[in-house]
Amino acid sequence: MAVIKKLKAVKKEQNHLLGIQDLSFSQVSNILNQAKTFITLNKSESKKIDILRGKTQINLFFEPSTRTQSSFELAGKRLGADVMSMNIINSAIKKGETLIDTAMTLNAMHPDIIVIRHQDSGAPNLLSQKVNCAVINAGDGRREHPTQALLDALTIINRKGKVEGLKIAICGDILHSRVARSNIYLMNMLGAEVNVIAPKTLLPHSIERLGVKSFVDMKKGLDGCDIVMMLRLQNERMHGSFLPSAREYYEYFGLTPDKLNMAKKDALIMHPGPMNRGVEIDTNLADDINRSVIREQVELGVAVRMACLKIFCNKN
Amino acid sequence: MKEKYLINARIIDPKNDMDEIGGLIIDSKGQIKDVGKKVANGNIPSDADKIDLKNHALIPGIVDMRVFVGEPGFEYKENFRTLSNAALSGGVTSVVSMPNTSPVIDNVSMVDFLKRRGRDKSLINIFPAATLTKNIEGRQMTEFGLLKRKGIIGFTDGIKTVQDPQVMSRIMNFAGQSDSLIMQHAEDNILSKNGLINEGEISTRLGLKGIPFLAEKIIVERDLSFLEEYFCRYHISQISSEKTISVIKKAKDEGKIFTTGVSINNLSLNENDIGDFKTFLKLSPPLRTENDRISLVKAVNDGTIDVIVSDHKPEDEESKRLTFSQAATGATGVETLLPLALELYHNKKVKLNKLVASITCNPAKILGINKGSLDKGNDADLCIFDIDKPWVVNKNELKSKSKNTPVEKRRMQGQILKTFVKGEALYERV
Repeated sequence: MAVIKKLKAVKKEQNHLLGIQDLSFSQVSNILNQAKTFITLNKSESKKIDILRGKTQINLFFEPSTRTQSSFELAGKRLGADVMSMNIINSAIKKGETLIDTAMTLNAMHPDIIVIRHQDSGAPNLLSQKVNCAVINAGDGRREHPTQALLDALTIINRKGKVEGLKIAICGDILHSRVARSNIYLMNMLGAEVNVIAPKTLLPHSIERLGVKSFVDMKKGLDGCDIVMMLRLQNERMHGSFLPSAREYYEYFGLTPDKLNMAKKDALIMHPGPMNRGVEIDTNLADDINRSVIREQVELGVAVRMACLKIFCNKN
Repeated sequence: MKEKYLINARIIDPKNDMDEIGGLIIDSKGQIKDVGKKVANGNIPSDADKIDLKNHALIPGIVDMRVFVGEPGFEYKENFRTLSNAALSGGVTSVVSMPNTSPVIDNVSMVDFLKRRGRDKSLINIFPAATLTKNIEGRQMTEFGLLKRKGIIGFTDGIKTVQDPQVMSRIMNFAGQSDSLIMQHAEDNILSKNGLINEGEISTRLGLKGIPFLAEKIIVERDLSFLEEYFCRYHISQISSEKTISVIKKAKDEGKIFTTGVSINNLSLNENDIGDFKTFLKLSPPLRTENDRISLVKAVNDGTIDVIVSDHKPEDEESKRLTFSQAATGATGVETLLPLALELYHNKKVKLNKLVASITCNPAKILGINKGSLDKGNDADLCIFDIDKPWVVNKNELKSKSKNTPVEKRRMQGQILKTFVKGEALYERV
């Protein structure tokens, strides 16, 4: 007991990126401004700097991920950190180790930053209570995916100059979406008006309390919008009787040129990926370089994650 | 045993409509010989023990209808000895033990084991419940008649609900003939599947799957429909939402006879207390909104709800130090039941005699036991407490083997001073 108490006593107050909900406006501005400087770096000939040299970053992904994991890995490497991605499939977690034991094991290796994705909401919060380094949430359950929202904000700012005063529609499976929740918090904080559009079975309880208007009629929800954020509809939603069929969903909630006409002429289309073409979005719209900023989101994602790594790593 | 004269007590015995300053005589067999203001200071025989209670409150020993003991199978969470100590320090002298053990209590031989362990290791009265269905599978009813004859007080699947309506209707039909008590945990498994907390704004914000109030209401409605056709002694273990209260009120107005319980947790806490994923507040039924809590408190005061239980469910720290969805469900409570209930009295929300009735004579009546009152000739099971004494909950000072209290650091008003079982002071606060 005495040893544990001693450990607790030396544990410093840490700064973690667990969710947009915990961030202040100035923290968000700081991350976005920092990220802007990295956009140029990422386009230059030599993409590597050394502000995180000597630092260790561990990516702990309990859920499969392509873009987020590679984005974080690249971000860490470009800043000069030593990046280790844990392969959960072969790890002790599969042998029944609890998250806290895993955390304590990793903590003993003195990482400076742990990036975690977990299927359980609140897992990064739990982890952050047990380790001595910064924890960055790369998506937990249906709760938050803060870096995705930040990169979405950066993309909007890059194209529209600001978020304030814009009208943003988030469409699709809001119920199961951490991207939707983080974006609702962030876009509200930055002064946008947010509409959520979904069939009633995919709208979370009391969603209006988060400061949004909800719509089941996509055309009404898109009316006058500057930004149309589409969400991925996971195939398994068809089985839980959330929806009758993909066909019916596409008819009423798929983004088609006809429905997009309700939004502003220069409205941008966003999607966190991976896309289901023909389920939630018309394939031509997804590739329309004048409207779709989907690839730009991926590009700016690296810059935003570099900013987060730098800011949260160096605070500690 | 010498006769004991407990004097200068505020005696509260809701069954006998008594709330007066007086005394209580415990005879040489540990039973109540006399009680009330007529037991005065003056006429105490010289060979009797005199205990001056200094105007503190004296109530019948608390009867807690819903307590989980770890025996058999989960002794590391709680055993009869640790449960006894915890209960005594909470003024609880009789408990109904839930059958969700390993193996479960679903056959006669398990009852023998329980009775033996209860007798040897327990200091309080254990009234064991058996499962409604074999192995809590919700398919085949247990032997109500035989189990009852062996000493089973009532039947419940504890943390589970019989889902199949046909099985439930037959259970109620059959229970009627053996006069068996059915205690239903009301939760539709499909509606609450993978659910973790109340469905609402908090579940949306925390990204946790919600348990809708409908999961509870729909089972209560179903069972009350059955009750009309198949009358039996039917008790709803715990309710959690305002909407369920309306259903119960309506059924009582229609003349249906049944009883209802509520967990002290749902009277003292709400979903906001879950905060940043506090797994100690992962409970079943879940904590709901403040509005629900207020409605439940009112329902206790107006008699719609008959019984308050602790829903004492010890869980070791390891099974709580997990992500919210992986963490075990339940909280300890037998030690804090009365102090938390007294909050409702101090806040002027529930009358004191109603509160005391809901933890003494009401449960005793439902169970059909000679407990929960100060009737002459009853065992002298007593709880003596200082109604105003302030204190702060500290989990390390609690006696339960598990430390998963939902009210750590809470400021309480009202503290248990002495607990008597069969005339013996088995707990005394030093």
